[in-house]
Amino acid sequence: MRDAGMPRPASYYFLSFVFTLFVLFLYGPMICVYILSFQGPTGGMSFPMQGWSLHWFTVLFDGNGRGVGDIHNAFWRSMRMCAIMAVATMLIATAAGMSFRRRYPGSNFVFYSAIVSMILPGLFVGFGIALTFNIFGLKSDWWHSGLGAQLTWSLPFGLLIMFIVLGRFNPSYEEAATDLGANSRQRFLYIILPIILPGIIGITTAGFTSSYQEAARTSLNVGTGNTMPMELTALLGMATTPVMFAIGTLTTLFMFTLVIVTLVVVARIAKQRQLRLTRQSA
Amino acid sequence: MTFSPRAASWLQATPFMLIMVFLVIVPLVIVFVASFMDYGFAEVIPVLYWGNYLDIFRSRLTWDLYATALRMLVIVWTVTLLLGFTIAYYLIFHVRSNFWRAIFLMACAIPFWTDGAIRMISWVPLLGREGLVNQALMGMGIIEQPISWLLYSEFSVVLVYINMLTLAMLGPIANSMGKIDYSIIQAARDQGAGEWQIITNIIIPLVRPGIAIGSIFILTAVMGDAFIVKMMSGNQVNTPAGAIMTEIAAFQYPPAAAKSVVMLVLVIGVVATILRVVDIKKELAR
Repeated sequence: MRDAGMPRPASYYFLSFVFTLFVLFLYGPMICVYILSFQGPTGGMSFPMQGWSLHWFTVLFDGNGRGVGDIHNAFWRSMRMCAIMAVATMLIATAAGMSFRRRYPGSNFVFYSAIVSMILPGLFVGFGIALTFNIFGLKSDWWHSGLGAQLTWSLPFGLLIMFIVLGRFNPSYEEAATDLGANSRQRFLYIILPIILPGIIGITTAGFTSSYQEAARTSLNVGTGNTMPMELTALLGMATTPVMFAIGTLTTLFMFTLVIVTLVVVARIAKQRQLRLTRQSA
Repeated sequence: MTFSPRAASWLQATPFMLIMVFLVIVPLVIVFVASFMDYGFAEVIPVLYWGNYLDIFRSRLTWDLYATALRMLVIVWTVTLLLGFTIAYYLIFHVRSNFWRAIFLMACAIPFWTDGAIRMISWVPLLGREGLVNQALMGMGIIEQPISWLLYSEFSVVLVYINMLTLAMLGPIANSMGKIDYSIIQAARDQGAGEWQIITNIIIPLVRPGIAIGSIFILTAVMGDAFIVKMMSGNQVNTPAGAIMTEIAAFQYPPAAAKSVVMLVLVIGVVATILRVVDIKKELAR
């Protein structure tokens, strides 16, 4: 067990071994994708490597669409939805989270509807929305039914993040501001917002990534034109060349950049606040 | 302009509530209603019709779909529970430095930044007929013919489920374990309890909420999935969710609705049973 200074029990070595295998199980296939995306022009979808090249990346970018379908448009369609979803999730979930700072009639309903939306299999929610649109004679399209379907997935997570953030919120800061004569707008802008800002950035990123990854709800409601996960799944069925792996390497790099930038921004905000606090107490 | 606190809360929650009502609750009611209706091509005929349900319960084929889904669910749940618990236990109770614990937890989460479809295709170079596993086994002389059931089979579907869903079990369990007061464990050890006794008598009872939340994630992910099963089985394994997708694609909405209702009743039944045993709201608030 974890007490320092005591000798490691035998179980430690066994469990370390299990963990190593698990990490290999998680990363092994992905690493194969990254390596195979640099396959030579004559190489196929499995090992051995037939030389190394950037051939499949060039095929992806200036190819005549062979083997890559509509991936470029799908990417930009996804990006457009992701950007809107990031902002919408941030605004709606933050507002809903703020409402929970007081008890009010109906708060349980909001909470349980979020739980239901989170644990219901996406396929059924997506089907329900599609059927509703169909019955009312509406044609589904990305900017209403598509975004709406994605919101049913991203909002509960945003609300959950708000619960965690507000659970750690120390109300005495706000009381101090009230005592000093701050009105509700000033309290929010100068006290609450700076404190919960890392959480809000987290919600924004969650809105972006959940929109990028969601397929079960989106696919039935997005109208014409695939988003990334749908396009990738469609390509997967007829994949014959390593160009799929090139897409995998690039999209992974893209997501990595996004998450790491978020982490850096959040860490920087936390550090600045720490600096300010120490400067004041010094 | 000022509002009473209650009105302010309502205003803040309104957009959220509208989306939940009109895009989750109303659609589910409509699915429920439509499941009792007759249908034509791409239309729902508002006449009471029990055939959608009778077809499900009469057809041997449909029973097989549910049996397949349940079998895969039981395997995936068992493996992810064992694996998730073991690894969470290792990270929380065996790794001594907080730094390495954070790094290891990150390491488990990072693969989820990659698109699900890419993670699916990443198994092809490993499990395919010319894949690494077959190459290795043939190279070692264990087999002479490549094993064909490694890819596009129930095996590969279950493998990908385990690969993608273990974190959904590991995370909540590790979260519950992290909240255990370590002095309880030290006290037990001072009284002479062995590691196995500590696990069964202290840790397992205390992480039940985590196990419950993880189990709910696994349940809904497996029962609601039509993509992984379609891709990884190469259309050879069919489940109720897959059948629902097929019927939706064929514009046969009421039978798809009836199958959805049956699935939802199953899922909600299990979730409700789990929630009776474990108070999740208390777990979230802590």
